[in-house]
Amino acid sequence: MQRKVIFQGRLLPLALLAPQLAITVMFFFWPAGRAIYQSLLREDAFGLSSEFVGLENFQDVLSDPNWLNAALNSLVFSGCVAGLALGLALFLAVQADKSLRGVTIYRSLLIWPYAVAPAVAAVLWLFLFQPQVGLIGRWLNAVGIGWDYRLNGRDAMILIVIAAAWKQVAYNFIFFLAGLQSIPASVLEAAAIDGARPTRRFWSIIFPLLSPTTFFLLVVNLTYAFFETFGIIHALTSGGPGQATETLIYKVYVDGVQNLNLGLSSAQSVILMVLVIALTAVQFRAVEKKVHY
Amino acid sequence: MEGTAAPAPAIPPAAPLAEPIRNDALLRATRRRRVVSRLIAHGALLLGVLIVAFPIWMTLVGSTHDANTIGRGDVPLLPGIHAAENYATAWNEGGGRTHTTPASVMLRNSLIMAVAIAIGKIAISILSAYAVVFFAFPGRMLAFWAIFITLMLPVEVRIIPTFQVIVDLNLGNTWPGLVIPLIASATATLLFRQFFLTIPDEFVEAAKIDGAGPLRFLKDVVLPLSLTNIAALFVILFIYGWNQYLWPLLIINDRSMETIVVGLSKMIGRGDSQNEWNTIMATAVLALLPPVLVVALMQRWFVRGLTETEK
Amino acid sequence: MATLSLRDVKKSFAATSVLHGIDLEVADGELVVIVGASGCGKSTLLRIVAGLETPTSGQVVINGRDVTGLEPADRDIAMVFQNYALYPHMTVFGNMAYGLKIRGMAKAEIQRRVAAAAEILGIGPLLERKPKQLSGGQRQRVAMGRAIVREPALFLFDEPLSNLDAKLRVQMRAEIRRLQRRLGVTSLFVTHDQVEAMTLGDRLVVMNAGRPAQVAPPMEIFSRPADIYVAGFIGSPSMNFIPASLDQGNGSARLADGTLIPFADGPRKGTAGMPITLGLRPEHVEPGDGPGSIQLSVELIEPLGSETVVHGRAPGGMAVTARMPGAFTGDRLPVRLPPAQLHVFDADSGRRLDP
Repeated sequence: MQRKVIFQGRLLPLALLAPQLAITVMFFFWPAGRAIYQSLLREDAFGLSSEFVGLENFQDVLSDPNWLNAALNSLVFSGCVAGLALGLALFLAVQADKSLRGVTIYRSLLIWPYAVAPAVAAVLWLFLFQPQVGLIGRWLNAVGIGWDYRLNGRDAMILIVIAAAWKQVAYNFIFFLAGLQSIPASVLEAAAIDGARPTRRFWSIIFPLLSPTTFFLLVVNLTYAFFETFGIIHALTSGGPGQATETLIYKVYVDGVQNLNLGLSSAQSVILMVLVIALTAVQFRAVEKKVHY
Repeated sequence: MEGTAAPAPAIPPAAPLAEPIRNDALLRATRRRRVVSRLIAHGALLLGVLIVAFPIWMTLVGSTHDANTIGRGDVPLLPGIHAAENYATAWNEGGGRTHTTPASVMLRNSLIMAVAIAIGKIAISILSAYAVVFFAFPGRMLAFWAIFITLMLPVEVRIIPTFQVIVDLNLGNTWPGLVIPLIASATATLLFRQFFLTIPDEFVEAAKIDGAGPLRFLKDVVLPLSLTNIAALFVILFIYGWNQYLWPLLIINDRSMETIVVGLSKMIGRGDSQNEWNTIMATAVLALLPPVLVVALMQRWFVRGLTETEK
Repeated sequence: MATLSLRDVKKSFAATSVLHGIDLEVADGELVVIVGASGCGKSTLLRIVAGLETPTSGQVVINGRDVTGLEPADRDIAMVFQNYALYPHMTVFGNMAYGLKIRGMAKAEIQRRVAAAAEILGIGPLLERKPKQLSGGQRQRVAMGRAIVREPALFLFDEPLSNLDAKLRVQMRAEIRRLQRRLGVTSLFVTHDQVEAMTLGDRLVVMNAGRPAQVAPPMEIFSRPADIYVAGFIGSPSMNFIPASLDQGNGSARLADGTLIPFADGPRKGTAGMPITLGLRPEHVEPGDGPGSIQLSVELIEPLGSETVVHGRAPGGMAVTARMPGAFTGDRLPVRLPPAQLHVFDADSGRRLDP
């Protein structure tokens, strides 16, 4: 797209673009390129030289049971977080859309978890679920439900899912509410006159019309769960106990920074890159189909 | 022509009005349905607000008691009296087993980082969007797509090689090293580009007639028009910057440059019950206060910023 | 088929009263038009009949059933909205079948009804399209089709033609009339356009600020308006209003400049000298000289082709509009005000004064 009326000049626009382009090249294209390049190399035991091994790193990664475990963890984690965060947010948005008194107050009180960093959210929930000092943690142990996320893999997963979803519900709520409010009231009134009760109105009219928003949020939630939750995992469980909560992004960190295995780590990064590009591409296509009216 | 050929129906006579039939059962059911719906709505929303607030409340409470109470496991539901000393300790000395940086220092660092990222992103994005929208030059579309692609990869995915670049440039543990790689994304540019495309042609033509060059036009016309968008973006980007975790974790080793989000997680260590929970909680409250305040005070811009940037 | 009865329907939002007590009886098969300016409460009244709003007090009775307090779904009504309100994600067929599916009707029966309605409205070929692929007029027809297939007791129309362009509006107006006559369904039609009201209604309800100013068939509203508001609302260009006072034993009107005009049909009740307002439609203003004629200085001429509308000013400063056949040019127009065509209103209350 181009405006009709523009200014003359070639040097000036390039100068204006220079800062962003420079940063983009230096800290995006160059590292991305290096990651791809490094994923094709393998260093020797002393880290002194590296040889070109083609796609061997990728083969190793894809057949590594640890990586497959991380992939499974990522899937389970993302699925739970997305499902929980989307379901709760949609439910709350539907209630808030009922034109009650005080809706704006409810909305203000529900959206600010978005401002809390994932790592901080993790700390908040840690304080609640710590087996010895946490309110809920102690209560669970007291009523006989054994609870220790430092020892039990499933407890650890539950904890990080709760911490991650808690934050994301706020974000989803805002978008769902906006989506609901963009459905013309007259369409719902027509449905009411046609004989549809509230539940039927929701499933046959509202939910289909909300599908662009739902789909968009699904992609955003999955991306969030895959990548931005690193802080939660690092703060709470460090991928443990015993890799029970090690997700793909956490594994990249472990292999790259702690184990210093650049070839493997880069290969994992490239695989994740492909995944994100696919997700984003799908999202853009969905956005284009957004308009019904 | 139309409608006058057919005979019109008779006007009703002024007969006494008959008593209408009422379906009382249906009426009662309708009324009940409405009341229940209202109750569910308020109930669910209240529950939602409570679940959202509960962790914060407990953290606040935790920050006002002394370490022994919590360490014993007597987790209180109401605030205690040790607020002042806990916050003072957190502020001045830091806490946790490893006695990290004082909160005052970490808050300052986070503030610098968040503001720098927000302002940096806004500044270069305005310039880039302006160049792409108001000029035509070879390579324009190429530049645009190059910037656009950065949307596809969050920093976490390119973390290791970006780290290598910074190390190679000797920018580890420096403010530029911390801030600049995080400015490399395109959300703000896209938003401004979209907005600039809607500025009427007449404005540009009038400016040209007045003899204003492109830079003048940017300063005197485009920037004032963009203020709402800038405010909305500032909120989003400030939060984004403040909440950064992985990148500061990698880049910063110098304790004096620690940000509060990373510092907080370091205080927890292994999550032992022997931690100085009171100080940790005080630090947590300090860590989440600024972004929450920004959202609370600038809520309208915040919501607008969210919905605009995801279009 | 059904009758509709509104009994003392009142509606207030917080402290503002929007409807002050509406009583209306609609016969089976009648098309009643509720007409008035924006904000007069006509849409609120329609929505109360539909069940989309609850009245503050009063009853809505459809076919002898008290439906006040019932949801729209339980009232056996169908409504056509101003913006059509079609379900965007369903095909035309889906839109029309929706209400029938909810009621558990058999597929074959649904097919039959939708096909029949599509035939009447001429939208058969559009059944598989989505609303966004249709023009405004087509969407309008689909909205009506959706209402027809339900075979309800009552049709409600909420300014359905307002979003169409002028030519389409005239065409659809006639189609709606024909359709309603053919199906014989009792209908309530809301509009702000007085031409629509006059051509469509068996009876009109002229609403003014939450009150019905007059309820009568169109020609009666035109020839015997009940008050100044109705007189000025119906008829284009608007009726001329001339301030005067009762004189000569209440048998004549004396204008401000002293002219005396005797009533053609008898004296009015009232005190001598009481201020009144005379009404005369522009088409009844007679151009021509002669005794008692007024010299208008012409301010504006609007040629309509078959007629001309002339806006002029009488010597005393009073504005008079005249509508005459044929063309006219010039800056002076002598006119007469024929007593037989005068309407007389009480200047304070605005109500019509009859002999």
